[in-house]
Amino acid sequence: MAIFPPQTRIWWNEPVAKAELVWIAVAFLWGLFMFFMMIYWHIYGKQNLSPVVGRIDPAVFEQRTSEFAEKFKVREEGNLGIPVAKPTAGGDAYMLARTFEWWPVLELEKGKSYKLHLSALDVQHGFSLQPINMNIQVHPGLEHIITLTPTEVGTFGVICNEYCGLGHHVMTGRIYVVEPGQGR
Amino acid sequence: MTDAAIPANVLGTLAAKFRTCPATGLKVDLAAERLIKANAVAAVVFLMIGGIFGLLVALTRWPAVHLLSSDMFYLVLTAHGLDVLLLWIIFFEIAILYFASAIILSSRIAAPRWGWVAFALMIIGGVMTNIAVLQGDSSVMFTSYPPLKAQPHFYLGLILFAVGALIGCFIFLGTLVIAKEERTYEGSIPLVTFGALTACIIAVFTIASGAIILIPTFLWSVGYISHIDTLTYKLVWWGMGHSSQQINVSAHVAIWYLIGAVTVGAKPLSEKVSRGAFLLYIFFLQLASAHHLLVEPGLSSEWKIVNTSYMMYLAVLGSMVHGMTVPGSIEAAQRKNGYTHGVFEWLRKAPWGNPAFAGMFLSLVMFGFLGGISGVILGTEQLNIMMHNTIYVPGHFHATVVTGTTLAFMAVTYLVVPLIFQRQIIWPKLARLQPYLFGLGAAGISVFMMGAGTLGVARRHWDITFPASDVMLPHGYPPMASLMMGLNGLSAILAATGGALYIAITVGSILFGKKVDASNAAASLGPMPKKIVRDAVTKYGDAGTWHLPGTYVLVALFFTTFVLYYFVNWKYLSELWPMQ
Repeated sequence: MAIFPPQTRIWWNEPVAKAELVWIAVAFLWGLFMFFMMIYWHIYGKQNLSPVVGRIDPAVFEQRTSEFAEKFKVREEGNLGIPVAKPTAGGDAYMLARTFEWWPVLELEKGKSYKLHLSALDVQHGFSLQPINMNIQVHPGLEHIITLTPTEVGTFGVICNEYCGLGHHVMTGRIYVVEPGQGR
Repeated sequence: MTDAAIPANVLGTLAAKFRTCPATGLKVDLAAERLIKANAVAAVVFLMIGGIFGLLVALTRWPAVHLLSSDMFYLVLTAHGLDVLLLWIIFFEIAILYFASAIILSSRIAAPRWGWVAFALMIIGGVMTNIAVLQGDSSVMFTSYPPLKAQPHFYLGLILFAVGALIGCFIFLGTLVIAKEERTYEGSIPLVTFGALTACIIAVFTIASGAIILIPTFLWSVGYISHIDTLTYKLVWWGMGHSSQQINVSAHVAIWYLIGAVTVGAKPLSEKVSRGAFLLYIFFLQLASAHHLLVEPGLSSEWKIVNTSYMMYLAVLGSMVHGMTVPGSIEAAQRKNGYTHGVFEWLRKAPWGNPAFAGMFLSLVMFGFLGGISGVILGTEQLNIMMHNTIYVPGHFHATVVTGTTLAFMAVTYLVVPLIFQRQIIWPKLARLQPYLFGLGAAGISVFMMGAGTLGVARRHWDITFPASDVMLPHGYPPMASLMMGLNGLSAILAATGGALYIAITVGSILFGKKVDASNAAASLGPMPKKIVRDAVTKYGDAGTWHLPGTYVLVALFFTTFVLYYFVNWKYLSELWPMQ
């Protein structure tokens, strides 16, 4: 019994049953498969996060994002007038996280790729694009650059899913996706 | 041995007082027994407090009920994680370490006075951190990611608690040394003790990681350090946070073997295989910190893949091996007891009316199917994009820590109360019901949170309705998400009822249970399978031949579910917007 010392003193020489060996082999091979599946997806899959990351001073990131928002602003939204920026297809897009907002709103074109720059100004936040359910962690001081290609038209919510303080649940943002060449 | 060591050794042996256990014949060191009692009682008290907080969290996240205010919600959620994930589980594990060393090996415990120092530090630390949270300035969640800052005594309490737990680990190791020197057992340590040793080794690693990150964070909170790097904090903190879950896994797997042995007389199919599986835990489980960093900037994909897979899933291999050898040893024992008909007579006629066995088997099945599979999916680098920080994550770890660890700890309580507290379980009929009630509720919590997570619902979030009156850019989840959160609330009520019953039965039995003595010792352990050795060796299924068709079916079912669910998730991932 498992609560007494092994019955045979030299237990490590006991034979192991075939069924156990078969299961160990199957489980081991499955583990190898799952390991190589991640590498396979990096080569052939289309959903991988970018290792393109740099340290950045939050003040610098804030500066770049405001310049971006000013340059590409197409309209304002909400009672506080959040700018909606429509970057050039294939170009850079910036979104910053701070307590408690994602800023600015983006308008992207379907089927076009954008370099999305994400960073936080104060504490950690969680970029959660809904209902796509795509989730990326955002740190202050680290800039994450993701090449993103929207594949459907619509209004997408960005919510914060890393606890960032007592107003965490009111932190929202938005991304619009429109047909190429059209606006809203 | 030096001259000075001999008298000390002799003195220790003389000072120790023993009683003989009427049920098992084991020598029980009274000092160890008192320490086990104290730690187990503290565990149950924190389970009660943390459980109430958990119910309040679930009722707030149920959109139709939405019980607490937002400030209270984040406070209570921080306290819930602290009290159940840390205090309940570690106090109980310290009790298990003392039990698996001193009691199972019939040895005196090493340095019992230090055991009380450890206990005092853990209590002071636990209470201190609770006070910090309840004061309201430390609602930083259990993970306390900087630059969110808690009050200094939040971190100090955790440090004191960890130091206490570390002392407990060394008492366990010291007791193993004493038992070996004083030859209280023959040959190698029993498998259960080996499992506890695995838990202890991982615990030492875990506590070291905790010290490395919490001490600087404490100094930062009082102003001696200006900056804590957010990514480094997470990397090291999860060396404690996730690895401490592997203490739980090792401890509850050891308990599965223990309960199997006591209730149906199970013996390991192969000592070598079961111990090898524990060894895989020691070597590879510590890499799990990466599970929390898969969508993080600043770490390479190569690092993520190697670490998140525990070096090619070798620790998962360990769990999958236990997933076969635990039910296999039970099947072998039951077939030896005479239940040889068909594929599943051994399981049908298992002692389901014994809460220790029922809790253990439910824990085994749900840990594997709900917790294990979802854990591997979550820990796959790219699949994590669809789940990171959604409520799928708490769904997963409630399957591992609640249906797995907590249910196993509850199950073993039904043996600990008669064996250590020497009291019979009061209300045996309610006790029979308890593991099912709690298990069903906890399974519901896990499944419905995972369901809501796949719909995008965020974890640690007070209000998922985002009304236009509160937010500038409103967003709505699909109605199914609210339904899932409602079902989660109902399941939490069910689990809380089961938890309350557990606490009432445990406390009631310790205070008012009938004394256990030689006359009723065996009966006090609950109903056991009758041995009906009829055609045990003529039909297939003799334990000696290791032919275990029922276990093969269960394992095949598990593996099929695992593979299907794995590929379904890759299919969902392939439908996401392309990103590089």
